[in-house]
Amino acid sequence: MTKIGTKLGFGRKKKPEGWNRPPVIEQTSEGELLEVAMGPHHPSTHGVFRMNLALDGERVIRLKPEFGYLHRNHEKLGEGQSYLASMPYTDRLDYLCSLTNNWAYALAVEKLTGQQVPERAEYLRVILSELTRFQNHAGTIGFLMQDMGCSGTPLMYAFREREKILDLFEELTGSRMMCNYMRFGGCRVDATPAWLDATRKVVAGLPAFLDEFEALLRSNEILMARTQGVGILPPDLAVNAGITGPLLRASGVNYDIRKVDHYGIYDRFNFKVPLGDHGDVYDRFMIRMLEMRESLKILDQALKEIPGGPVVDPKAKIRGFRPKPGEAYGRIESPKGELGFYLISDGGPNPYRYRVRPPSLINLTVLEDMSLGQNVADVVLILGSVDIVMGEVDR
Amino acid sequence: MKTVEEIKAAIEAAVPGAGVEVVHNPGPSGQHSLRLDPSHAVEVAKFLRSDAELAFDFLSNVTGVDWPDREVTEKVRVTRPVTRTVDGVEQTVEETVEETRKHVERGCLEVVFHLFSIEKKHGPLVLRMRTVNRTDQVELPSLTPVWRSAEFQEREIFDLYGVVFKGHPDLRRILMWEGFKDHPMRRDYVEPDDFDYEPTAHDEVLARAKAHQAALQAAAVGHEGTGAD
Repeated sequence: MTKIGTKLGFGRKKKPEGWNRPPVIEQTSEGELLEVAMGPHHPSTHGVFRMNLALDGERVIRLKPEFGYLHRNHEKLGEGQSYLASMPYTDRLDYLCSLTNNWAYALAVEKLTGQQVPERAEYLRVILSELTRFQNHAGTIGFLMQDMGCSGTPLMYAFREREKILDLFEELTGSRMMCNYMRFGGCRVDATPAWLDATRKVVAGLPAFLDEFEALLRSNEILMARTQGVGILPPDLAVNAGITGPLLRASGVNYDIRKVDHYGIYDRFNFKVPLGDHGDVYDRFMIRMLEMRESLKILDQALKEIPGGPVVDPKAKIRGFRPKPGEAYGRIESPKGELGFYLISDGGPNPYRYRVRPPSLINLTVLEDMSLGQNVADVVLILGSVDIVMGEVDR
Repeated sequence: MKTVEEIKAAIEAAVPGAGVEVVHNPGPSGQHSLRLDPSHAVEVAKFLRSDAELAFDFLSNVTGVDWPDREVTEKVRVTRPVTRTVDGVEQTVEETVEETRKHVERGCLEVVFHLFSIEKKHGPLVLRMRTVNRTDQVELPSLTPVWRSAEFQEREIFDLYGVVFKGHPDLRRILMWEGFKDHPMRRDYVEPDDFDYEPTAHDEVLARAKAHQAALQAAAVGHEGTGAD
């Protein structure tokens, strides 16, 4: 296996034309190719997603993803209603991480209107996003193990902790998954001291879970045999194909929007960006493990420093406002990658154009490149390591 | 990061006759953009990606926007000769009047690109391109050969808006099914009352499997026939 290393030759090396296209793999065996439509109803495709595979024995020599089974034209819905009315709809994009979706949308509207957010609301946003990231990564690792045939145990361990976090969400926002919590210029309701204490208690228990989870999986022989050297993504291709999130960082590219944009108040916290150096499925699993630890660091600091004060700017116009004509692109580091919202206002009460930049869809661009030449059973793992939610892919 | 004016100057120095235009954003976000001339867009994109100082190696977001034909009403002052009877004598005098004129501004489809640099950690740079009209001249150059991340997003714009990207390696519908006729994100799209038929994933596979089975059966029958003789 070749080591990719962390040194990158961004655009400096002269590359041949078409280097960023998937390679053409020749058939080596005699006999017919087997064409398989994997999905849309397949337990490993994480929803209604289909891959058209051409197999040469066990080897994948062609892979074409097919989308659209869950398409409901989310963007058109956004153009037909007021800015606030789209907020609950953003919960349904990546339905495992509704709070980060809320934040990305709120951030884009705040950029469009030039609103400020009070300090306490910023802290609450950070706390909720990091909890979201934690439960998403734990769940992703659990599902990856499930895809590998390790049925039940790791996923149930992850869901046991996720349950505690969802209980916190329910207590604060009224809903476990469809939280609809953030508003333009702050958050909807204030957190009570009792809620903050309960959160501190849950967060204090998470490192023990992580130690247990990591000890269970990290050096498991079967896991290592199945994932190391599988689905390698080179860093230059990852950058060129717009890959973001843990998938990009597993290939060794140091790009975390929390560190780059410092949106919200992320410049106040001390945390590291874990990087992989092989870009394989194992690195993607390990990056998520390490990112959970960094999220806990942020949570500890935020829960200690959270100030008092209002959670929403009293002068903020939340409903029925008309932004001045203009446009804004706001983005955050969601657990899946760069989640962005692009809004164009023509001065009316509804956005003229409402665009979601879905990390799940764009991360699938390189699914074919990663899977070619691999065995068909590994395609399941590679797809699991990308971490997609079809609500966001199809919109 | 350089301002858009500086980037415009750098582009014009590197690609002569690029025809870049600054589009001012009046909103508080301050994200101004550059409008590219489609005929030079690929050259400009290659320059933006490979220039050592700009190094926009990461194309984050590609958006389609529909600008339908719109009727513009404007008031103009016109001077025209008027014949008037003053004191029983017909005279021609010049008179300035305010007149309301209407004309139709032709619409277009626009594609907006948001670029960032992972190497230099700056951005966003917003690029835009416009088609000539919304009906028959809807072609734009594809930037997928330069940035692969445009691949699915350009397919989505082709599907939902009907912009045809020249040079795209695999331009097919992505969210709607093959055989769907209209472009649902256009602002004048009218939903049909009812879809009678939506194809399923397996139609094509089923048809091929049936043909295959039929061929096998025909071969088997032929074989039996020769055996009996």
